Amino acid sequence: MSAALVLRDVRKTYANGVEALKGISLEVQAGDFFALLGPNGAGKSTTIGIISSLVNSSGGSVEVFGYDLDRERVLAKQRVGVVPQEFNFNQFEKVFDILIAQAGFYGIPAAKAAERAEHYLRKLGLWDKRESQSRMLSGGMKRRLMIARALVHEPDLLILDEPTAGVDIELRRSMWDFLIELNQQGKTIILTTHYLEEAESLCRRIAIIDRGQIVENTDMKSLLEKLDVETFVLDLAAPLGEAPSLKGLEVRLRDARTLEVAVPKTRPLNDLFVALGEKGISVLSMRNKSNRLEELFLRLVERNLPAGGGA
Amino acid sequence: MKVSFQWVAFHTIVAKEIRRFVRIWPQTLLPPAITMTLYFVIFGNLIGSRIGDMGGFDYMQFIVPGLVMMSVIQNSYGNVVSSFYSTKFQRSIEEMLVSPMSATTILLGYIAGGVARGLCVGVIVTLLSLFFTHLQVQHILVTVLVVLLTAVLFAIAGFINAIFANKFDDVAIIPTFVLTPLTYLGGVFYSIDLLPEFWRMVSLLNPVVYMVNVFRYGLLGVSDVNVVASLAAIVMFTGGLFFWALWLLKRGVGIRH
Repeated sequence: MSAALVLRDVRKTYANGVEALKGISLEVQAGDFFALLGPNGAGKSTTIGIISSLVNSSGGSVEVFGYDLDRERVLAKQRVGVVPQEFNFNQFEKVFDILIAQAGFYGIPAAKAAERAEHYLRKLGLWDKRESQSRMLSGGMKRRLMIARALVHEPDLLILDEPTAGVDIELRRSMWDFLIELNQQGKTIILTTHYLEEAESLCRRIAIIDRGQIVENTDMKSLLEKLDVETFVLDLAAPLGEAPSLKGLEVRLRDARTLEVAVPKTRPLNDLFVALGEKGISVLSMRNKSNRLEELFLRLVERNLPAGGGA
Repeated sequence: MKVSFQWVAFHTIVAKEIRRFVRIWPQTLLPPAITMTLYFVIFGNLIGSRIGDMGGFDYMQFIVPGLVMMSVIQNSYGNVVSSFYSTKFQRSIEEMLVSPMSATTILLGYIAGGVARGLCVGVIVTLLSLFFTHLQVQHILVTVLVVLLTAVLFAIAGFINAIFANKFDDVAIIPTFVLTPLTYLGGVFYSIDLLPEFWRMVSLLNPVVYMVNVFRYGLLGVSDVNVVASLAAIVMFTGGLFFWALWLLKRGVGIRH
C-alpha cells in the first residue's frame, strides 16, 4: 500500500514564540480512514493548516501521494481536499457559485465544474439551496456545503477538521455514512474530532497528538486493547453518605445516589456485585461512564502532562 | 496544460470580481456617476464659466480628463482593497490558498478585477462628461496606455493595502488620508504651472500629477510634464509595486501564520 500522506519532522513555532509542533512524523496509507485526536491546543489544526498550506511550517517536509508540498506544489495540492473547522466561505455568495469558483481555482473548466457541483450538492442534500446565499443556510447545511466544496475537485485525500461539530445526531449519522461511502470508493480520509465515538466508529487507525508531539500512533484495535480498566456508573436504590470501600476497586461517589467504579478488565464484573451486596448496596441501573476510546485518550493525555498538571 | 489550468483559475477570480461589483452596483458604479456629475455641474458649468480658460481650454474641458482619471484611481484601488480584505475577513481567502493556484495568478486576478471596475467607471464618467462638453481624443494610444497603467498601479496598491489591513478602518485610512489629497492636489482641477515655483516643484513629487497630465495629453494634447518620462516612471513604479505585492503574497504576509 502506498502512502497518501507523509509528515517528516514537521515543526511550527509561531511568531509569538509558541512551539505548536515539536517535530511530528506521521504516515497515512492510501485508502485509510485515519483519526487525528488531541485536546484543544494540541497542534491538530496547525498540522492540518500546514498540510493545506494555510500555515507556514518552520521545518520538516510534507508529501502527498509522493509529491512534495514545497517542490511539487500543484501536483500535491490537487490531491488534497480540506474541510476546515470554521465556516470560511463568502457569506454573500450563492451556494452554487461557491462550488463553481472552488472548482475554477483548481483549473476545472466551467461546464465540468457545473456538472460536479450539481452532483455533490444533490449528494449532500443541498441542491434545493443552490441559489441561496450561503449566510442563509443552517449550521448543518453550511457544514455540508464545506464538504461539497472540498470534494468538487475530486481529491484523493480528504481532510476534515471537526466535521460534525454542532451537527444534530441524525445529520451526524448521515454524514458518517457519506464519509464511509467515500472511503469505500477509495478516498483516504483523515479527520479530527472531539466526538471520540466518531473516531471509534469510523477510523481504522489513530494518532493522538498532545503538546505538539505524537503520543500514540497505531490501529484502533491495538489501541483499545491497551485499555485495562473500564469505569461504570451505578444508579443506587438508596442514598449513600460516603463512598464505600470495595477491595481492589477504585470507587467515587458522584452524588448520594450515583457511584463510579473503575473495574480492571482482568476482574469479573461479578466481583463488583458481590462486594456491593456485602455492603448492602442495591443497584438500579448501570452504564459505561464514557466510551472506551475517551478513557484511553484521557489517560494518554494525562500521562503526558508535566508534574503539577497542565494549563 | 499548466498554463491552461492557471488560466481557468485566473478567469475564475476575474469573473467572480466582476460579478461582485456588478451585483452591488448601487455601491460601486452609481456613486462615482453621481459625484462626477455634480463635479461637472458645479465646477464645470457654474464655477467654470467664471474661471475662463485653463491651459488653453475652457475649464470644463480641462477638468474632464482629471475627473475621469480620479474615478479610475479611486475605483481600481477601492475594488481590490475592499474585495481582498473582505476575503481575508471572511476567511474565504483560504479557498484560494488551499488550491494549487499560483500567487501570481491570484494577484493578476485581483488586479484584473480592479482594472475592470476602474475602466467601467472611467467609461461611465467619460460618457457623462459628453453631456457637458465635447471631447476629441488626440493620442488614442497614450490615452489607453496611461489609463490602463494607472488602473493597474492603483489596483496593486489596493492589494498591498488589503494585505496589511487588520481591520476595516485600515481599508479606509489610505484612500482618505493619502489617495484623496494626492488626487485633489494632482492637477485635476488646475494646471500646476499656475502654482508658485516652490509648490510646483512639490507637486512634481506627486505621482498622480504625471498620470493626470499624461491622460490630459492623450485627450487634449497638452501636458504640464514630459509625457515619455512620465510613462516610463509609471511603468517602473507599477513593476516595483507588482513584485512587492507578489513577494508579500508568496511570503503569506497578513494571510498565513
